Amino acid sequence: MKAVTINQISKTYTVQKEKTIALDGVSFDADLGEIFGIIGPDGAGKSSLFRILTTLLLPDSGTANVMGYDVIKDYKNIRKKVGYMPGKFSLYQDLSVEENLEFFATIFNVKIKDNYQMIAPIYKQIEPFKDRKAGALSGGMKQKLALSCALIHKPDVLFLDEPTTGVDPVSRKEFWDMLSELKQHGLSIIVSTPYMDEANRCDRIALIQEGKFLSINQPNKIIKEFKRNLYSLESLNNRIALKALKEKNEIHSCHPFGEKLHITLKENQEIQFFENLLIQNKIEYQHLEKIEPGIEDCFMELMLSKQ
Amino acid sequence: MNELAIKAEKLSKNFGSFKAVDEISFDVKKGEVFGFLGANGAGKTTAMKMLIGISTPSSGKASIAGYDIYNETEKIKRNIGYMSQKFSLYDDLTIGENLRFFGGIYGLSRPDIKLNTEKVLDRLHLQKEKNALVKSLPLGWKQKLAFSAAMFHSPQIVFLDEPTGGVDPLTRREFWDMIYEAAELGTTIFVTTHYMDEAEYCNRISMMVDGKIEAMNSPKELKKQFNASSMDEVFLDLARKATRTGD
Amino acid sequence: MRFSLIWQEKQLEQEINMKQFLVFIKKEWLHIWRDKRTLFILFGMPITQIILFGFALSNEVKNSKIAILNPSKDALSAQITEKINASRYFDLVKEIKTNSEIDLVLKSGEVNSVLVFPHNFEKDFNHNGFNKVQFIADASEPNTATTLKNYMSNILLDFQKTKNPNSVNPLQIKTEIRMLYNPQLKGAYNFVPGVMAMILLLVCTMMTSISIVKEKELGTMEVMLVSPLKPFMVIVAKAVPYFFLSMVNVVSILLLSVYTLELPIKGSLVLLMLESMLFTITALSLGLLISTITGSQQVAMLISLVGMFLPTLMFSGFMFPIENMPLPLRTISNIVPAKWYFIIVKNVMLKGLGISGVLKETLILIGMTVFLLILSVKKYKIRLA
Repeated sequence: MKAVTINQISKTYTVQKEKTIALDGVSFDADLGEIFGIIGPDGAGKSSLFRILTTLLLPDSGTANVMGYDVIKDYKNIRKKVGYMPGKFSLYQDLSVEENLEFFATIFNVKIKDNYQMIAPIYKQIEPFKDRKAGALSGGMKQKLALSCALIHKPDVLFLDEPTTGVDPVSRKEFWDMLSELKQHGLSIIVSTPYMDEANRCDRIALIQEGKFLSINQPNKIIKEFKRNLYSLESLNNRIALKALKEKNEIHSCHPFGEKLHITLKENQEIQFFENLLIQNKIEYQHLEKIEPGIEDCFMELMLSKQ
Repeated sequence: MNELAIKAEKLSKNFGSFKAVDEISFDVKKGEVFGFLGANGAGKTTAMKMLIGISTPSSGKASIAGYDIYNETEKIKRNIGYMSQKFSLYDDLTIGENLRFFGGIYGLSRPDIKLNTEKVLDRLHLQKEKNALVKSLPLGWKQKLAFSAAMFHSPQIVFLDEPTGGVDPLTRREFWDMIYEAAELGTTIFVTTHYMDEAEYCNRISMMVDGKIEAMNSPKELKKQFNASSMDEVFLDLARKATRTGD
Repeated sequence: MRFSLIWQEKQLEQEINMKQFLVFIKKEWLHIWRDKRTLFILFGMPITQIILFGFALSNEVKNSKIAILNPSKDALSAQITEKINASRYFDLVKEIKTNSEIDLVLKSGEVNSVLVFPHNFEKDFNHNGFNKVQFIADASEPNTATTLKNYMSNILLDFQKTKNPNSVNPLQIKTEIRMLYNPQLKGAYNFVPGVMAMILLLVCTMMTSISIVKEKELGTMEVMLVSPLKPFMVIVAKAVPYFFLSMVNVVSILLLSVYTLELPIKGSLVLLMLESMLFTITALSLGLLISTITGSQQVAMLISLVGMFLPTLMFSGFMFPIENMPLPLRTISNIVPAKWYFIIVKNVMLKGLGISGVLKETLILIGMTVFLLILSVKKYKIRLA
């Protein structure tokens, strides 16, 4: 059995006679016990996909199964098996940490102490503040509480819709550490994020853009699918170099990455060719090397090839 | 005109006994792209609110575009632009109407508004969509348009609060291209972001931890100083020192 | 054996459902309890409303200054004068001697009204069995003048009755009907039922719809829907605390009106409470309906206020008499639930009628409630869209 199977799911919204395609015939499987990441910018269709999988939204066409149950026919069974943290989820601000957790435990018909082991590593960190109102917690602590609440009934599959959006890098890293730990319990996790650098924390990822999957695979395999040679260039003034490079016919793509530029050539030439090109055109640079692409390079390359 | 766009000296903001911002001092030069980083709850938003003149400091001195942060907030507001991820544009107005509105509240003349609108539409290749409602635009376009609206009255300094959150990587780079263009024309850019690669696009960055500025330098120097290979590491290194939590 | 197993499972499931239900209600209580400001408004509102409407805004006139011109100076006219002075509505401040003085005292504002007895008042009265007095009021404030006139004719009628129980004056029958259930034209008689209808509507419709919509905004509704909790239970659990709050409000309004406004409850208290419960459920189902069609707290509040509160104010008959409205408005007033509740409360509380006297109105309210409930259950989604 798979944790999640979806096949040719489409969803269109009509708002004031204007049609917006949220999902355009997407398909994927997520295995049991894997962390499956859905990565893409806001508005790509991630939330619609999560709502279909959590039986909150009906797809226009296509089929979807969660733990072997159909999202339309067997929605009641799915609702017993999954944990869900919606994107805008923010708990009950006026209830204390403990009251929130107790409430969700009862709603899912479990006792906290029976499933404490599951949430212990996360909940222990906020237990000292258990009498504090959820509204008075910091962003990171709120997230931990929300995760504890979504986990308290020991779900088989956990759906996390953009749990790290707007969160600083430290809290994000902590959050992913928690997910890796949860995976050890055999939990299947479907998680979405707009941050490309989080892709490497997933077992497999689907890159999504404008309602379509650009690619589905293990992160390192997606990187292997990047067929071009990627060069990293450092110069004293990246902007001038960028402008000059973009005008050259031989250049396929050129994107700033931090203090470097990432460049691919149209014909997949070796570094010597590129160096000559730079010298011929008097493009000043300090350092040039061939590098392994990251997920962000792949995402942009896939976006460009789809356009 | 002063060569410094922003000058802050021991600027503080207390909420009761809680020191949200604790004696921060820094300068931002004219035309500089200044990154203002810190973990959630480090005091970034509070500091920014003081700088844009909507929150009065508890103590300390600061001048924005040469105007005093205590007595000349009206002048400050006229000389800065502001854009945040949360509020940018009116969804139910068209692109043209939004630009006209922002031009109008800053008292631009009708011909100026017209001229600037044409410039923005040309720059963003949005001529055809001029009469489209903003809500029909993809997020990335909206953010670029929001930046243009913040720049519409040619402010001396523009404050950007997480302008690229959730935007796709290509559009993110186009956005930064616009930032650089503005900086080259002399506008000072003050920006917060959670993307560490974007931090490296800044001329200088400051790192706030627990209400204080713990480090401030160019990205390159910071990496050297912390012996790190990326800004991500610098950030993690610094933010781990934080003892307080709270938004 | 198998049968009993299934039965046991059923029982277990029911127990679980009940437990979840109670926990949900407890959570709602906490929300209400911790929001002290709203709580204060909820309980403070009925009290201020009653005080406002009962005293400050009432059209009752007290201790109005009156002058008397009495050329007869006999025992009967003196008795009447004394009775008028003794009433809380009039305060005899002057006795005048001549007709020409009437105009003077009224114009100067010294008094608001003048009562003129004829010559030989008692003698003619005994001879004919009736007599006339003249009541002159300053009508520059028409409402006050009308009220004073009514007070006066009432006092005189009362007096006449005690003197001559068999006399029937056909001309006064009309007045008699208007005064029957509110002999002193007390404003409170109208306001109390009106305030009750308004408070119940406000607490139930507005608060319930807002608290449900709030969960939608928080994103917790999504989590509730994805839990094994029966979706409709969420809604019912939301309604329960507000139902009790409303009952507390009904009781406090009744206590206030009985003990401070000296309003009697003539009919059955049990019936009054039952009818109030029925109207509370009507209001709750209205709130429920609003919450199913709105997505934000502001919209829910706006619909509750404009869509419910205003019509209640206008069409329940509490502010403006429905009989005086043109036909289209009178027709509209029929679909306002508060109108029927208002009639019920007036009939039970003030006229002392039993269930048979308010059967029609009760049935209409029940019909409305069932209709609203069915509509909102149909509208309530087990999914988001």
